[in-house]
Order: sequence, then structure tokens, then C-alpha cells
Amino acid sequence: MTVYLLRRLFQAFGVVVAMSVLVFVGVYGIGNPVDILISPDADQMERERAIRALGLDRPLWEQYVWFVANALQGDLGRSFAYNEPALQLILQRMPATLELAFAAMILAVAIGLPLGLYAGLHPHSPASKAIMAGSILGFSLPTFWVGLMLIMLFAVHLGWLPSNGRGATAEFLGVQWSFLTANGLAHLAMPAFNLALFKISLVIRLTRAGVREAMLMDYVKFARAKGLSPRRVTFVHVLKNILIPVVTVTGLELGGTIAFSVVTETVFSWPGMGKLIIDSINRLDRPVMVAYLMIIVLMFVVINLLVDILYTVLDPRVRIEGKAA
Amino acid sequence: MRFSLRKAALAAVPALALGAAGAAQAQSITIAVEAPITSVDPHFHNLSPNNGLADVIFGALVNYDERVRPQPGLAVSWRAVDDTTWEFRLRPSVRFHNGNPFTAEDVAFTLARVPTVPNSPSSFATFTRPIVGVEILDPLTIRFRTAAPYPLIVTDLASVRILNRATHEGATTEDFNSGRVAIGAGPYRLVAFRQGDRVELERFDGYWGERPAYQRATLRMITNNAARTAALLAGDVDAIAAVPTSDLARLRADQRFVISEADSVRLIYLALDHSRDANSPGIQDAEGRPITDRNPLRDVRVRRALSMAIDRAAISQRVMEGTSIPAGQFLPEGTYAYVPELRPTPFDLEGARRLLAEAGYPNGFRITLAGPNDRYVNDARIIQAIGQMWTRAGVRTAVEAMPWTAYVPRSDRQEFSAFLYGWGSASGEPSSPLRALVATFNRERGMGPSNRGRYSNPEVDRLLEEALRTVDDAARERILQQAIRVVFEDVGIIPIHIQKNIWAMRRGIAHVARADELTRPQDFRPAN
Repeated sequence: MTVYLLRRLFQAFGVVVAMSVLVFVGVYGIGNPVDILISPDADQMERERAIRALGLDRPLWEQYVWFVANALQGDLGRSFAYNEPALQLILQRMPATLELAFAAMILAVAIGLPLGLYAGLHPHSPASKAIMAGSILGFSLPTFWVGLMLIMLFAVHLGWLPSNGRGATAEFLGVQWSFLTANGLAHLAMPAFNLALFKISLVIRLTRAGVREAMLMDYVKFARAKGLSPRRVTFVHVLKNILIPVVTVTGLELGGTIAFSVVTETVFSWPGMGKLIIDSINRLDRPVMVAYLMIIVLMFVVINLLVDILYTVLDPRVRIEGKAA
Repeated sequence: MRFSLRKAALAAVPALALGAAGAAQAQSITIAVEAPITSVDPHFHNLSPNNGLADVIFGALVNYDERVRPQPGLAVSWRAVDDTTWEFRLRPSVRFHNGNPFTAEDVAFTLARVPTVPNSPSSFATFTRPIVGVEILDPLTIRFRTAAPYPLIVTDLASVRILNRATHEGATTEDFNSGRVAIGAGPYRLVAFRQGDRVELERFDGYWGERPAYQRATLRMITNNAARTAALLAGDVDAIAAVPTSDLARLRADQRFVISEADSVRLIYLALDHSRDANSPGIQDAEGRPITDRNPLRDVRVRRALSMAIDRAAISQRVMEGTSIPAGQFLPEGTYAYVPELRPTPFDLEGARRLLAEAGYPNGFRITLAGPNDRYVNDARIIQAIGQMWTRAGVRTAVEAMPWTAYVPRSDRQEFSAFLYGWGSASGEPSSPLRALVATFNRERGMGPSNRGRYSNPEVDRLLEEALRTVDDAARERILQQAIRVVFEDVGIIPIHIQKNIWAMRRGIAHVARADELTRPQDFRPAN
């Protein structure tokens, strides 16, 4: 077990190192950030001063060595545009994104699971067909467009919800959250739904497929034959068994939602990490781009590592294989 | 973590976010701006949105009015004592937000701080570098010495916001952003700065100038065009800057909103490759073979033909929906050193074909026209339109539009033959575009830093240098006008149009639209 863990940790470390090189080289390749950042009024000398001041006159390998040396001390560089530590900038924006991502996941499960269950239990009813057709729309409509349509409908025409921003926040555990105030919740509703739309469709389809499969299983037939109520069969025997893939996929989706809610955050001016990264890309704010991608890489590596460890706990076969090696 | 200076500010947030219905409306205003404000430090990053905020919180010796003409600011008057000495008389009994008095000491301190701000990605030192000596005659009189005659000192100082020595000694950019030392002598003081989200401001009642109409002001950063319009339509904000041209007709037709607009000082133009004698990268002959013996763009007849083939009125009306003015020079009518007889080149397809034939291209040639697709208003659509017009004139044009972040490095490496750029003359006078865009590229003398086509004309260089030595405004104006005539007779660049700046707001609000694209709450007031 220890050997297995060590090996996995070592692999995770290798992934982080490889990604840091890839990210660094990739971001470096886009171009010189000073070209974008500098005022057009500046002359050649001022341009060269800025390049030196930001350390961009050094060769790539030297910049990378500096980056790694600093990163090992927890310093991922300073934003060119804000002159603040990139890590701090990202962490400041993280609560807003986490809040949005979790709200979206909750919506996805709360809406997707019942609809999927219904569609699975009554596959031939018109309502089920409508749900499945709707889920195709959820998959295929671009988030960007749906977001704008939601704004036009609920904010502009009906005036029920605010069109963008985060609204009032309240402090909890030293961090400002929107979901603790009514105004904040109103601001959260549309972006969360917009972000959830794809995931709702995913959960519907997963649940429906699971239910359809489980209904044919012997244990369900047996439960029915025993004379258990349909309610008990559905919610205990079927639901419990189909939840495993649903939970796995939603868990994996959560990581992606946290990392890449860029489009929704832009449309709704939600001041989260996604908005920060897109603003940073637009002005080639290299340290923020690198720090952000490194944090995301680290997040995925940790999630995968945890999942692997959980598997060894849950599934003895993995442990045995590890020993054999 | 949020930077809030006062508990009261937090209490005010819900009212502001809800669009502040009813009686509160005369008290507060929420304005959506189009670009993120990255710092409160007025000397950190020379960037238009930051300068707009600096105008609100801080103050400079010289202010610009809405048409970018220098006006007394923290200085009440100035004069050239001799060719290299300038004397500024400062405004008496001005106070900073914390009550400290403003004196000549603060000006000297500010000039010393500007070049020392660490990590600045675009320093304001370009504006202070010509000043080699500072002499304080009395608390309200200061003299600046320049190494050579330097008439631009007045407009340069409009970009240098004044800080207070007692408050800002040793202050870092982070201290400004956190609000701790965000203290100036401007009409509003900072309540909270939330990066990428909003800036909250409160009127400073001790301001020396005209009192702003709104007691509270919030600047919301909504970078997405459609979302910004939607925020106005939904009533979440009271006014928006940079109205997208596609939404303009709709907002004009809607009785609930009014539009304010001003001719800008931003020229959209095409730069051409002047540096190569042959094998210009985007040019082939009519059959698609590289032209190895010459560069057609070096022939003024070809450049003139390309300019004549552009239907500027059509671009202005169809592509820009009337939000631009066809241009024949750097700046719009009414600005310093405007040349009245220099009109936009009239659209003349036949004339263009004739000139091309005369220059030795009876069958035309092929060219690639490059430009950004996310920088200037409708940039990609403008080059597409021009591509079609040139093709009609016999110059088969391929259009290449790309994101700004990819475009700028490539154009700096001179990878294009014809490419679109814009130039905002922040100082409202033409020495800035002359120096940056058409003066011969020269690193040591700081000439032509944005001259990416490497246009070079000794006559232009000579006139510009003479102008930059001439302290007398009227004499300098004549020399600058002559330089402008030479540039555009020679078609050094092809001017397309001058943008208009457009704001939209709820009916009941009046706004003084500015040529320099800055959005400042003090320019808004309730309409009578």
C-alpha cells in the first residue's frame, strides 16, 4: 500500500512538473506581454525599460528556473497588470467561482435526477420524450447564447432578476458569499442555471440510462416479485445502484466547472476566477495565466490522486495488483 | 477578501446593486465601463481606464476639457520664462481628501515618485523625463527646467496626477489598491476598489472645483458588450460607456434612454510596409507570384490608389452605423493644428485603376490586409469591407483578422504589408501621432516607436523636430500643419475614420461626452 501510494505521488509530481514546462513554454510562445501592456505613447527606451523591469529580457530557461525557485517557496509571481501576487489575486476570486460552481452542481442534481428518473421509469410517455428532447438542447445550445437569452428574458423583459454582477454579499468564515443574502441569491440564480444547463442534461441522460438498465436486473425483478411497493423499488433498489456513476461523473464535472466557467462568468460579469483568467489572457498577464493553470493542474492531480486512493480502499484488486508490481 | 474602507459602504451595496429606485436616484449613479480598471495607483500603469479613475480621485496641474484642450487644474496658470524654463502658479487653498493642504512640495514629490514605481508595465516617466530640474520659488510657485526647449510640457503634465508628500511617502501600488492611501485632490474619494468588479466612490465635499451632482458613484466593469447593454435595459446600471454599434439603433428608438456622443481623438488607419525594397510579405503579382524586384507600396501612386479605392462614407454608414467620421488626417476638425483643406480622399474607383496602371500594375496585384478582431470598434468588419473595395479596384485582397494579443507581436515583427491600427492622441494635438506613427524609426531619439510600417520622410522628420523645439504655440501650429500636409500628400499612412465615443443612459440623466474616451462620474448630472 505504501509503495503504491509513493508511486502514485511520484507520478503526480511528474505530471505537475511536465505541465509547468508545457504551460510556461505555451504562454511564452504567445508573444511579448509588454507589446500589449505598454501605452502606445511610450517610446522605444520606455519599452525596453518595461521589458527589463518585468524580467522579460532574460532567456526562457532562466525565467523558468526563477519561476520554479519562487514557486517552491509558494510565490507564483506578480501580476503584470495589478502588481499583486498572482496567487493572492486568484484566491481572492476563488470563493465567487466556488459558489457558482457548487450552486450549478446542486441545480444539476436537483433538477436532473428527478427528471432522469421519471424518463427512465416511463420511457414511452410524451413527458419523457419532451425531457429527452430538452436535454439535447441543453447539450447543444452554446452557453454564451443561452446566457444572453436568459438575461433578455428574466432581466430585461420580465425584470425579475438582476442582469449581472454578484450583488450583496455576507461574510462567513472570513469570506464574502452571495448565497447568504436574498439579493445575492437573486444575482446567483441566472448564472448558476446557465452553468448548470449542460450538467442537468448530463445527469438526466445518465440517470435515465441507469434506470432503464437497472429495471431489467434480476434484483429489481425479485424485489417486485417479493411484492415491495413500486416506491420502495424505485428509491431504494434502483436509485441506490444508479447513483454510483452519477456521483462519479458529477464529481469529475465539478472540477471542470470550477476551472472553466469562463463563458458564464464573462456573460454575467461574475467576478470569479474565470473572468480573471480571460481578462489576463486578453492582456497577456503571464504570471496570472501560469499561476491559474498551475493551480488547476494541481487541483486535478489532487482529485485524481484522491480517487485512486479511494479505489484502493474500496477495491481490493487494485491493492493486490500494486503488491504484485 | 474584499477591500472595504467603511462599514457604511457595505450597507450601501444593496441599494446600488438594485439600481437604487426612487428618491435615491438623484443621490447615486451606477455607470458600466467597458474595460477593467487594473489599479488605483495613478503612476502604475498608463492605461486609459486607470487614467479615467485617476481623473476622478486625483488631480493634475493641467486638466483637459471635454475636447482635450488644456485647462487650469491644480495649476491656475503657467508660462515659459525662457525656452527651457517653465513657471507654474499653483491653485491656493486646495486640500487633499484627508485635509492636507496642496503645495509645490507635493508637485516636486510627485515628479520624483513617477519614475520609481516598481514593476510598472507602462510607466508615466515618459511625461516627466524631459524635466531635468525642479525649483520651488514659494509654496504656490514652481519652476521646471528642461534640457532642451520642450513645448509639450503642458500637455505632458496633464497625465501626471499629483500626490501628497505627507501621505504618499513610501506608498506602494498595493497601498493604493487597498484604499489606504487612495487620497487625492479630485472630486470623488475612493470607498472600495474591487478588482475586476467595481469601484465605489463618494463625493469629496472639499473639492476645489465644480461640485459633482451625485453623492455616490459606482463604476461597474462590464467588459462584454451585450451584457453591458442588457444591464442598462434591465435597469441595473444608470449609464453605460462604449455602446456597441449594433445596439445603438435600438437604444435611440427607446424612449427610456438617451445617447450622448462626442467625436473622439482616435484615428483608425492603415499602415503600409515601407521598409522593404521587394518581397513584401503579403504581396504577390496578379498571378500570385511574389514580386521580387520591387515593393509596390513604395510607389506613392499605388498608395494613393489604395486610399482612393476606399469608400469611407460607406464604411462610416454601413459598418459603423454612423458612429465615425471619414478622416483625411490625424485629428478631427476643431483640434490644434487641424489642416482645413486636407479632406478625406474621395472614393474614386476609376481614378484608382488609372493610377495603378500608371504605376505599372494594369492588372493590379495581390495583397493581404491584416487587422485585429477584438480591439477597435468593428475592426474585423472594417478590413473586410476595405478588402472588397480594393479587390474591386483590381488589388485582390485577402483579409486576415486575429486577436489583438496575436496581432501586436506579429505587426511589431513587421510580418504584414498592409494592416489596420488605431491611434488615440491622448494629448489632443498632432505631435503625438507624428512622433509615434510617421517619424523615422529611431530608438536613440525615441522617434517612430509605433511606426510599424517604417515610413520615413526626411521632410517630416525635419518639420517635426522644428515643431518640438518651438515654444510659441502659433508658430508651432503652422509647422505641425505643414508636417501633416507632407505626410498625407505622400500617403504615409491611409486614414480611414475618426471614431465617435458613445454613451447611453436613462432618460433624466445628462452627460458631457468626452473626446478622450474617459468615463468619469463628475460628467454626469440629473437633467433639468
